[in-house]
Amino acid sequence: MSASDGVAARAVDVWKKYGSGDAAVTALAGVSVDLEKSRFTAIMGPSGSGKSTLMHCLAGLDDVTGGEVWIGDTKVTGLKDRGLTELRRDKVGFIFQQFNLLPTLTAEENITLPLSIGGKKVDRAWFDVVVDTVGLRDRLTHRPTQLSGGQQQRVACARALVSRPDVVFADEPTGNLDSQSGAEVLGFLQRSAREFGQTIVMVTHDPNAASYADRVIFLKDGQIVRELLSPSAEEVLETMKHLDDVAVPHV
Amino acid sequence: MFKATIKSLLSRKLRLVLSALAVVLGVMFVSGSFVLTDTLQRSFTDLFSSAYANVDVSVAPKAEKGKEPVPLTPQTIADVKSVPGVASAVGDVQGSARPIGKNGKVMTTSGAPRIGFNWTGTGQEKIRDGKAPQAEGEVAVGAFLASTGQFKVGDEISLLTLEPKKTFKISGVFEYAGGRDSLGGELSVAFTEPVAQQLLLGGKDKFSGVTVTAAQGTSDDALRDAVAAKMGSGYDVKTGAVLAKEQADQINEGLKFFNYVLLGFAGIALFVGIFIILNTFSIIVAQRTRELALLRSMGASRGQVIGSVVLEALVIGLIASIVGLGAGIGVGALLANIFSTVGGGNLHLAGIGVPMSAIISSFAVGMIVTVIAAVLPALRASRIAPVAAMREAATPDRPLTKITIFGAVVVALGGTGLGFGFNNGSLPLIFGGILVAFVGVALLTPLLSKPMVSLIGRLLSWSMPGLLGRRNSARNPRRTAITAAALMVGISLITGVSVVLTSATKSIEKLAAGQIQTDLIISGEGQMEGMPATFKRDVLTKVEQTDGVGSAFGWASDGVLQGEDQMFAIAPTSVPAMKQMLGLKPKFGDIAPLKDNQIAMPEDLASEKGLSVGSTLTLQLAKAEPQTFTVGFIWAKTQVLQGALVLPESAGKGFRSDQIGQAFVQTKPGASAVDVQKRIEPLFADNPEITVQDRSAFVKQTTSQFDTVLLMIQILLALAILIAVLGVINTLALSVIERTRELGLLRAIGMRRSQVMRMITVESVVISVFGAVLGLAVGVALGLATVQALKDQGISEIGFPWVTMVQYLVVAAFVGVIAAILPAIRAARLNVLDAIAYE
Ligand SMILES: Nc1ncnc2c1ncn2[C@@H]1O[C@H](COP(=O)(O)OP(=O)(O)O)[C@@H](O)[C@H]1O
Ligand SMILES: [Mg+2]
Repeated sequence: MSASDGVAARAVDVWKKYGSGDAAVTALAGVSVDLEKSRFTAIMGPSGSGKSTLMHCLAGLDDVTGGEVWIGDTKVTGLKDRGLTELRRDKVGFIFQQFNLLPTLTAEENITLPLSIGGKKVDRAWFDVVVDTVGLRDRLTHRPTQLSGGQQQRVACARALVSRPDVVFADEPTGNLDSQSGAEVLGFLQRSAREFGQTIVMVTHDPNAASYADRVIFLKDGQIVRELLSPSAEEVLETMKHLDDVAVPHV
Repeated sequence: MFKATIKSLLSRKLRLVLSALAVVLGVMFVSGSFVLTDTLQRSFTDLFSSAYANVDVSVAPKAEKGKEPVPLTPQTIADVKSVPGVASAVGDVQGSARPIGKNGKVMTTSGAPRIGFNWTGTGQEKIRDGKAPQAEGEVAVGAFLASTGQFKVGDEISLLTLEPKKTFKISGVFEYAGGRDSLGGELSVAFTEPVAQQLLLGGKDKFSGVTVTAAQGTSDDALRDAVAAKMGSGYDVKTGAVLAKEQADQINEGLKFFNYVLLGFAGIALFVGIFIILNTFSIIVAQRTRELALLRSMGASRGQVIGSVVLEALVIGLIASIVGLGAGIGVGALLANIFSTVGGGNLHLAGIGVPMSAIISSFAVGMIVTVIAAVLPALRASRIAPVAAMREAATPDRPLTKITIFGAVVVALGGTGLGFGFNNGSLPLIFGGILVAFVGVALLTPLLSKPMVSLIGRLLSWSMPGLLGRRNSARNPRRTAITAAALMVGISLITGVSVVLTSATKSIEKLAAGQIQTDLIISGEGQMEGMPATFKRDVLTKVEQTDGVGSAFGWASDGVLQGEDQMFAIAPTSVPAMKQMLGLKPKFGDIAPLKDNQIAMPEDLASEKGLSVGSTLTLQLAKAEPQTFTVGFIWAKTQVLQGALVLPESAGKGFRSDQIGQAFVQTKPGASAVDVQKRIEPLFADNPEITVQDRSAFVKQTTSQFDTVLLMIQILLALAILIAVLGVINTLALSVIERTRELGLLRAIGMRRSQVMRMITVESVVISVFGAVLGLAVGVALGLATVQALKDQGISEIGFPWVTMVQYLVVAAFVGVIAAILPAIRAARLNVLDAIAYE
């Protein structure tokens, strides 16, 4: 089996269990999902529902207990550390909730870090497009400590995009930001998908953040229970409220 | 608070192990020195009491300062025998006898004497194989000599005594009580009495002492008093027990010095340890800012916070002291064993003991050092405001102005102390000055670390991991600085010593090249007990007559006394030849042959003694009555013959040996020195202690002792450097923990494990090389200061050991790589997800 055309990342009956015996926790209980190319997908769900775990498994940061994960044409499941590292470096971009940047590097060096680690040349034209889109032109020589939280997250976004990865994974990228800065970052992610065709997968528990996405997947107790296409914040909030009512999981 | 301290201590045990290790190593060195010297001291005491087990009372010629004892005569023995209460009185003959090994080389020991004596049959030596020497051509050898030289009964053995090489047949091998091969690693040979007298004392019917045993019912003390009363004041009469104690005390005095040297190096190691512990505590306190602030906001007082850090230090110090003491006992025992076996000592070891001094110093040193190192971080911890708990624990870069000014003041202070020390020749002031200067430089290093680290780092940061490593090492200037400063101490001491020795070598070479107009130098290579090896005067005459020799002269030499002042004196065979070959220039009077009552000296010695041409001085020679000399000439100060008195040739008869100790040869124009050397060498065939060398070989031989000194110091300072390496490991390990989240991020966005390791390695190498560069700079400064201070002692040139210095730099880089291994593996193994989530 392989990821067919148009699918950037795919999970096939993915299970993830932590611990064993009485203390065992099933974080993912048979998740199957195709994440289409050039789409901005949000993974929603209450705290502890397995959102981060799903993202980690998809991104090759964590191994799965059962099932398979694909990124593009690469089967992630079964890769060794070296393969996983190169996969993350070349095919995946990351935006974490916080501590995204190395304090010893300037904004520009942080943005090009994945490329320099891989010994690759920076595509200056694309770099300029990305930097102008996130509006960091005049901040490139600054160190992270000289940037605001919102600016830091925008640097992280630029870094995730500059290597043109197959997928950008973002785990609660606006969790630590005020609503103004959060909106800027979300707006930027949305534009990246629409204008540059960048595939983006974002984990969030904020209905407002999810409303920027083209597609919202709802997780509960490690299973996908619903999904919405281009919903409004109110729709997402409603769905969240009634997540408990859904008896039969949507597969 | 106590409970909280212990809890936090246990939760970070791994981080503390390394800093404790620095204390452990230092304490180990301290207690090891004490255990070693104590064990050796008791062993030597045992050795001498068994050496004198058969001696109740001994009679020897009175030892007078500066005078060679006059040998005893058969009459003396008869006199002793006639004292009531004497059961037996046996004449002893003793002197230096150096065996020549089967490889043709003179056998050496590691400090124990090479002695010959007369076989009396009444001593404690017992024949193990064969029989006692009976004929003139026979000797018995000690079992230790037999085993180290692989001699057996029936073999021939050649010996050097007062006379050149003589060959004997081994009639027997003897041993000591309890089947011991030797008492303490000495090489001993027994001759028949007449042979012993001739070869060891230089004449018939001469004795070096009398061994007396007491008749039944007479106590040793009573016998001593009786013999002393009969013999009068010209003799030293002592009981065997007193003699044993005197000799043991003499050796133990030497061991004490040895102990001080070891303790000095232990002190340096501990000094370096302080840096490491200080750094560890600083880092730990920085990492615990939030925890400590939380405690403060819950009402803990500043005193309690200080107390908790100091308590932590005490616990570490205590544990480290216990472990260090244990390790020290092991090391001391091991070294004692090595000394007694591998070292060729063949010393019978008394049981390994742990003296109180070892225990007390271990705990005192271990605890004090740790607490001293923890006080500063503890004070800083106590100043953490409670609100810091709420804030992000980022400590802003504190300005370096204060510390830099303070450092400059401390350096100046240390330099002043060093200067005074050199002026007064006060060792404590010199060492104190150096240590204070080190502290000062360490305080200056944070300021230096910015430009230096970026400079060194630039060479290594051709890739992204390299760049990150370099940036990381520049990140916390204080931490990098202290870590590097610890490495600086050892390297600067070694470099300083190297600079001094290189300068000395260069000075000697220049001297030899510029001033000494000789082609060949004949000198005693091996040291006969207490005196350099010599050769007979008629051999020198034969040298002069050798084909191709233009001129030659030599001298006998000895120490002479003027009042209490010991001076070095030579009695040359020809003053004009000496003047010409050594390039002496007159200052006062003419450099002309000396009359029998004349003397000459260099200008600085003359002015020191307040003498001018025509003034007189009285000298005590070893084998003569005090004699008054008139100053004949004074030569201009030069580098050769510094502080030496020149006596007329006839005065040499008053020296302990009138034979030639050193000679200089000038070849005829056109004659090749190599050919002449080949023709001269056979003249010394039966005197393997004498070597004939050309000038450069002689210089090499003279300066080669510096290499040994340097090697010893390098070995001893290796411990200080090892501790500094632990410091680098420690700093890196703590930094890795501190930067867990960053490492997680780097791995998440695709940094390979090998790249993570390279990043840590670059950081480590940058710190190490920084430390080495500092050490080289400070070491050169120290060395130059010392050379400056020793200018009057003949170090006129300044030389830099470039090759050695580059080697140290390379070693430092290598050390950096080694130190990075564990932290790098740890960093590379981090689980990416755990690292990102790390708090
Ligand atoms: N390393 C882990 N060890 C044990 N349980 C874990 C681990 N990580 C996550 N879990 C558990 O798995 C479940 C899903 O966690 P997570 O994916 O972080 O949820 P979310 O991101 O949706 O809040 C939770 O019950 C959590 O406690
Ligand atoms: Mg989560």
